[in-house]
Amino acid sequence: MSKYTEDDLREELKTKEYEYGFYTDIESETFPIGLNEDIVRAISKKKEEPQWMTDWRLDAFKVWKEMTEPEWANVNYEKPDFQAIAYYSAPTAVDPNKTLDDVDPDLLAMYKKLGISVDEQKKMNNVAMDIVVDSVSVATTFKKTLGEKGIIFMSISEAIKEHPELVKKYLGTIVPTKDNFYAALNSAVFSDGSFCYIPKGVRCPMELSTYFRINQAGTGQFERTLLVADEGSYVSYLEGCTAPSRDENQLHAAVVELIALDDAEIKYSTVQNWYPGNSEGKGGVYNFVTKRGLCEKNAKISWTQVETGSAVTWKYPSCILKGDNSVGEFYSIAVTNNYQQADTGTKMIHLGKNTKSTIISKGISAGKSQNSYRGLVQINSRADNARNFSQCDSLLMGNECGAHTFPYIEAKNKTAKIEHEATTSKIGEDQIFYCNQRGIDTEKAIALIVNGFSKEVLNKLPMEFAVEAQKLLEISLEGSVG
Amino acid sequence: MLKINNLHASIEDKSILKGINLEVKAGEVHAIMGPNGSGKSTLASVIAGKEEYEVTDGNILFEGEDIEELAAEERAHKGVFLSFQYPIEIPGVSVTNFMKTAINETRKAKGLEDMPAKDMLKMIREKSELLEIDRKFLSRSLNEGFSGGEKKRNEIFQMAMLEPKLAILDETDSGLDIDALRIVANGVNKLKSKDNAVVVITHYQRLLDYIVPDFVHVLYNGRIVKSGGKELAHELEEKGYDWIKEEVNA
Repeated sequence: MSKYTEDDLREELKTKEYEYGFYTDIESETFPIGLNEDIVRAISKKKEEPQWMTDWRLDAFKVWKEMTEPEWANVNYEKPDFQAIAYYSAPTAVDPNKTLDDVDPDLLAMYKKLGISVDEQKKMNNVAMDIVVDSVSVATTFKKTLGEKGIIFMSISEAIKEHPELVKKYLGTIVPTKDNFYAALNSAVFSDGSFCYIPKGVRCPMELSTYFRINQAGTGQFERTLLVADEGSYVSYLEGCTAPSRDENQLHAAVVELIALDDAEIKYSTVQNWYPGNSEGKGGVYNFVTKRGLCEKNAKISWTQVETGSAVTWKYPSCILKGDNSVGEFYSIAVTNNYQQADTGTKMIHLGKNTKSTIISKGISAGKSQNSYRGLVQINSRADNARNFSQCDSLLMGNECGAHTFPYIEAKNKTAKIEHEATTSKIGEDQIFYCNQRGIDTEKAIALIVNGFSKEVLNKLPMEFAVEAQKLLEISLEGSVG
Repeated sequence: MLKINNLHASIEDKSILKGINLEVKAGEVHAIMGPNGSGKSTLASVIAGKEEYEVTDGNILFEGEDIEELAAEERAHKGVFLSFQYPIEIPGVSVTNFMKTAINETRKAKGLEDMPAKDMLKMIREKSELLEIDRKFLSRSLNEGFSGGEKKRNEIFQMAMLEPKLAILDETDSGLDIDALRIVANGVNKLKSKDNAVVVITHYQRLLDYIVPDFVHVLYNGRIVKSGGKELAHELEEKGYDWIKEEVNA
């Protein structure tokens, strides 16, 4: 048997295709490309929204028109032409009132291909799922079981109709429309997403999950997630994403807002596997996402993310620790390979007394990719005894990739305690030989080393998703040792 | 079991091994001694299949098969084990997880299913008891923050788990105090049988008080220049290596 060399590995990587790169031929209704007030109105009309919602979108659109794209991130890409994107695309067979059994069989076949047999997921993982294809939420499972506890989990379009008071009260309060360029754009054109409300004192009995999929060509996906955990409640929420392989870049600009009222806890996990582009850096999703949560008294928000996909990622899930004794956590694994670029991190804004935050960031770069951690820890003047611990570790594979760390610290209170640790390491030939000598081949050795490196974060994921995330890490890095 | 014929090897065009001949049979313990820089560790690495070394002449037969074309992991699957002089750290990977992966990868190569978790646990328990290893130790990250003694004991634990046919112990005694040395040596002795073989590479004779060799070879300047029984080790301890060098250079 001949030796499996690094060249073989590299070759295999080149020929190995993105597993989720298929396109499903389902009947869709897609708006003409371009963005103007009429399109915004048309989206709102299509969704049969009340006037206040239409006005809210139009306000956001006005703000957006005056804004320019942010350029401070450590990423280089050709700016999207916002007039060349279709802002609404929906599988035509969708009727929100139908149950899962009525869903287009082609669509269901697509979920199977994605590895999510909805039925099985329902039973085995005890996961309630909302699936957003292109712009529209197509299936929300488990609604009834959740309803008995008073939990609302539905697409945001439905929520706008069925629970306008809740949506009106919270939408845009954490991420205001004028927060940033992409948030403003999202506010104007978001077409769907998930809404979730956990009533006072209720512990959500299952993982809630949303699955996002961009299917149509030339469309952007702008979903909006709003999650409210009322006093003393608990919820664990997971989102996953994939897209077909396409030569052009697709835009994904989402907004996620979390509200944890007094004594509530939200665990929000993301496994992001948008199409990363091919090995020459062609195509791939631009992932420009704004995620932020607010913690009231004694509340806790924990963000966990595994970012393996997308050509360019710009994303900083943040916590505003407003209430005394509130806790914010950010656990992240960001993998970049080939020509991928990621600029990701978090903001921990300490406003209340005795607030605590933890940041664990693991960046893995391979190929010719660039991977940046960017984080802000801000202790405001009234935040007595605030504490932060940050740890940023980078793992490099080969000589052509880059890892960068941009930590910002602003402390305006003398009682603050802030710790920051950072390491950079490389997978060594010695480590690989050691594994080889024990009978573990090079590819498996890399997976083992990377999983070990990422363990602290993987441990934070819900069990069933941790396994999926581990596999994803292996796939993303296949053949990347150099 | 192992037959090395006229082995020449180099690294970055620097010739290190210059014609090694060695035969190791099942049930035997061989010691390879020699001054620093004589090529002892290189010999171990070449047998294990480290890629940086190039075999320029001769061959290595393992159970009659030329293993030169085999990758390091394939040699491991056939039963070659190297206890490293400087064991490598792998953060976040526990000793248990590492062993589980190694055993199951070896089984996979042989077309076997993964070892059932129950059997794996039982084996871990037995082997850790055999080597007087605290089981808490097994959930720690591989070699990370281990003392010198812990690292070496961990190497022998891995040897116990993998049950190799040929174990090469590269300077296993370096960095060990006398108690650690005794524990490690006892472990090796417990694992010895008529079906496997051990090659001990060492600079000093003291390890050989515990692991008693059937044959002692002196490696100098890339060649085995003297072979004998265990009494040769004592002679070296007494007289040093200079007389060997003189003999060779004469």
